[in-house]
Amino acid sequence: MKIVMAIIKPFKLEEVRDALTGIGIHGLTVTEVKGYGRQKGHTEIYRGAEYAVNFLPKLKIEVAVATDQVKKVIGAITGAAKTGQIGDGKIFVYTIDQAVRIRTGETDADAL
Amino acid sequence: MQTLSNSNNDLSQVMEKSSMKFKNWIRVGLPALLMAIIAIAPAFAADAPKIDKGDTTWMMTATVLVLVMTIPGLSLFYGGLVRSKNMLSMLTQVFYTECIVLLIWVLYGYSLTFTGGSGATADFIGGFSKAFLAGIAPDTPAATFSVGVAIPEGVYVMFQMTFAAITAALILGSVAERTKFSAIVLFMPLWITFVYFPIAHMVWYWSGPDAIDAAAKVLAAAADPKAKAAAQEALDAVLADGGYLYKAGAIDFAGGSVVHINAGIAGFVGCLIVGKRVGFGKDVMAPHSLVMSMIGCCLLWFGWFGFNAGSNLEAAGSAVVAFLNTFIATAACAMSWMFVEWIVKGKPSMLGAISGAVAGLVAVTPASGYAGAMGSLVLGLVAGVVCFFFCTTVKNIFKYDDSLDVFGVHCIGGIIGALGTGILVNPALGGTGIFDYTVNKVGDYDLMTQMVAQGKAVIITLLWSGIGSAIIWKVVDIIVGLRPSIDKEREGLDLSDHGERAYNM
Repeated sequence: MKIVMAIIKPFKLEEVRDALTGIGIHGLTVTEVKGYGRQKGHTEIYRGAEYAVNFLPKLKIEVAVATDQVKKVIGAITGAAKTGQIGDGKIFVYTIDQAVRIRTGETDADAL
Repeated sequence: MQTLSNSNNDLSQVMEKSSMKFKNWIRVGLPALLMAIIAIAPAFAADAPKIDKGDTTWMMTATVLVLVMTIPGLSLFYGGLVRSKNMLSMLTQVFYTECIVLLIWVLYGYSLTFTGGSGATADFIGGFSKAFLAGIAPDTPAATFSVGVAIPEGVYVMFQMTFAAITAALILGSVAERTKFSAIVLFMPLWITFVYFPIAHMVWYWSGPDAIDAAAKVLAAAADPKAKAAAQEALDAVLADGGYLYKAGAIDFAGGSVVHINAGIAGFVGCLIVGKRVGFGKDVMAPHSLVMSMIGCCLLWFGWFGFNAGSNLEAAGSAVVAFLNTFIATAACAMSWMFVEWIVKGKPSMLGAISGAVAGLVAVTPASGYAGAMGSLVLGLVAGVVCFFFCTTVKNIFKYDDSLDVFGVHCIGGIIGALGTGILVNPALGGTGIFDYTVNKVGDYDLMTQMVAQGKAVIITLLWSGIGSAIIWKVVDIIVGLRPSIDKEREGLDLSDHGERAYNM
């Protein structure tokens, strides 16, 4: 089992969700986050005060899937979240040890 | 104006009893003089000024409009500009200032500002004859700017009360986000007493049109040289019964010097003495809600019609002049700030547009009843550029932490307005000219004379308020301290001073 975690542009969320639903993924966790990469920040000016805003708002999505689905999920997210500009985000994949569905007590693959 | 008071009334007698100990302060010279005039020429004893219901209605309306400027207008304008952790601190400080100044005003503020003083200080401060509002009955007349027209003195008391309150509240923007509430609590009563009342007295206290008109008529009717000399002496005495800057010929329709230069410089010395906010120049201190600042600015503009047009004291054509100018200069200044910012900084900002609107309101304040419509337009355009320059370039060069730009907007805008009024009052430029009550017509205009008088008012206000405020800030620092601890300042004044949070979401 893997978690596919992606940082995406906030306005791409709906497209990403549609793409994941299209390949049969029916669960997704979204968190509002701030950060910076190559895109860096921007400048905000309030009268005479100029502030460099380094942390840009992004969304972090997390999907827990069976290992053999990871490639498909990455493909779906990449396809939907890409604009070709810097700041499109990144995808990280890591292993999970255990999964439990709270309602039924099912574990691992059954719980996904 | 105090000569017009009618104290033959039960209520006023009750009030006078409470102020018995102040009776020694009453200056007897002027009433005695006027009685002498009336004795000399009973034929010219003026009819009692008439109180008009329309004027009274307008002045009550204008009074609450000025209240709206401060709460909620100024509170929201300032509140939106601070960080969310200091929102309630800003709102509480403004609300406290409104209430405490209101109370001091009715205790002794009105009296010190709008009665004649005694002896050598009479030009600078009034007396205690109307302390506790003694002698002010429902039908007591207060003079307007027209002979024979009065408004109830009670409404004049309230109208001027709201001016004192907003002037003091304006200062809070300079020292926002880092001054303890207890320091503000002590500062405001001291400042309003030792700085505001004297300056307002100097600029706005005069004997009123009826007294001047009556004395002038006696002079005109005097037949023999002896009577002429006596009448001239009487007229001179009436004219001498006024504040220092009023007598110097300075004109200030709604408070360019008294309100804006005064508060602006008091805030400026405050921000220097209180010191910079922790993290100034390093941390992001972006406004937490420009939406609220926008609402606040609009309430300021809305209320400013009461402030400027109400300063006419009558619902007449001259109030409409002030009303119109309050539209024009504000829009012109908002546009000039916005477009200059677009050119210089690359983007036209919302905050720039509303800062420009406030700067325009400030600049037109002294000019509103004197300038013509096109004069106001030019005044607004100029103020937008100059105030923008001060709030961006000058502030960044000298690196003072005037948090919400009280100096750049109010002091500089006020100076542009005060000097601009001297130019724009010229009838040749569409201005109204200055009415001479001794001859009952608009007097001759001389640019140099007027500009010297205006300059004098600006400099004296800067010095009196600058030095006086610096002393008061220092005194407050010694007694209760100005700053919270660094940790408390970081935590935010909402929690450290008031134990509550603006937003629990």
